[in-house]
Amino acid sequence: MDGDASTSAAHPESFRDGVRAGLPLALPTLVVGVSFGVFTQSIGWGTVAPIVCSLVVFSGSAQFAMSSVLGGGGGVAPAVLAAALVNARFLPMGLALGPSLHGGRLRRAIEGQAMVDASWAIAVRGEGQFSRPILIGATLPQWAGWQLGTVLGVLGGDALGDPDRYGLDAVFPAFFLALLAVELRNRRAIPVALLAAAITLALVPVAPVGLPVVAAAAAALLGLRDA
Amino acid sequence: MSEVWLAIGVTAVVAAVLKAIGPAAVGGRELSPRATAVIAMLAPALLTGLIVADTFGAEGTLELDARIVGVAAAGVALALRAPMLVALAVAAVSTALVRAL
Repeated sequence: MDGDASTSAAHPESFRDGVRAGLPLALPTLVVGVSFGVFTQSIGWGTVAPIVCSLVVFSGSAQFAMSSVLGGGGGVAPAVLAAALVNARFLPMGLALGPSLHGGRLRRAIEGQAMVDASWAIAVRGEGQFSRPILIGATLPQWAGWQLGTVLGVLGGDALGDPDRYGLDAVFPAFFLALLAVELRNRRAIPVALLAAAITLALVPVAPVGLPVVAAAAAALLGLRDA
Repeated sequence: MSEVWLAIGVTAVVAAVLKAIGPAAVGGRELSPRATAVIAMLAPALLTGLIVADTFGAEGTLELDARIVGVAAAGVALALRAPMLVALAVAAVSTALVRAL
């Protein structure tokens, strides 16, 4: 234990470490990006709009939510609302991350833009701490994968066929599972995880997409027992 | 077409604001022990929510499909101390195999 602590103190984590940690997710992110590009072609978005969308929004779940509502004839306001709901998880995730970022409010708000699910999860250091260089570094390969995937999908990625065929949709939950296993070494986190699982399972069939994960954050209130 | 561009622009702003609110609100000052205790538990709570939603959720319904096998197989690989990359490959390959059956 002491050995681990002194090693990490001697080698502080760098952006390079973050990039390396994010690399395994570049390929699955690229494939999801391809499927976004392909999907936008089926609803007549043309070439430029989906590429710009990935550049300025950079959030797979929000982009799919928005474009499918719009493509289904739902109108701009419901489309944006759907995206906002899906991304509302960044409110509790950002609250957790905030104390670990640098500088004043504006700078922290800008650094918070590096937040994507997988990077946030890799940057978790336990006890409410996050590694800032890991967060920002790990987002870079996913950003590249997302942009490249979108372009490939727009320019004829339907050659790939159904991406689910490759089982890549299981990679992200498996990845989060690996990181949760580390968190659960802290025994106090076990009842929190069980309650979060129950909340999410109960809400997935009845609540709009995105809301169950936000509601799962409420399980963190069990932490008050330890305060 | 202008509808698409409007939706893209507003969604980009909304996404950026949602990511900005938490970091802007918290940090730069000492938090109360109660707030710190809750924030420390946000990671396991949200990770669990993401796992369950990504494994069982499908456009607002509960769907039991090959992803469950993939995630469970990755869990076994991790329990056997497999490296992260191997566990992720196990998840993808086992899910793809079940779908190919």
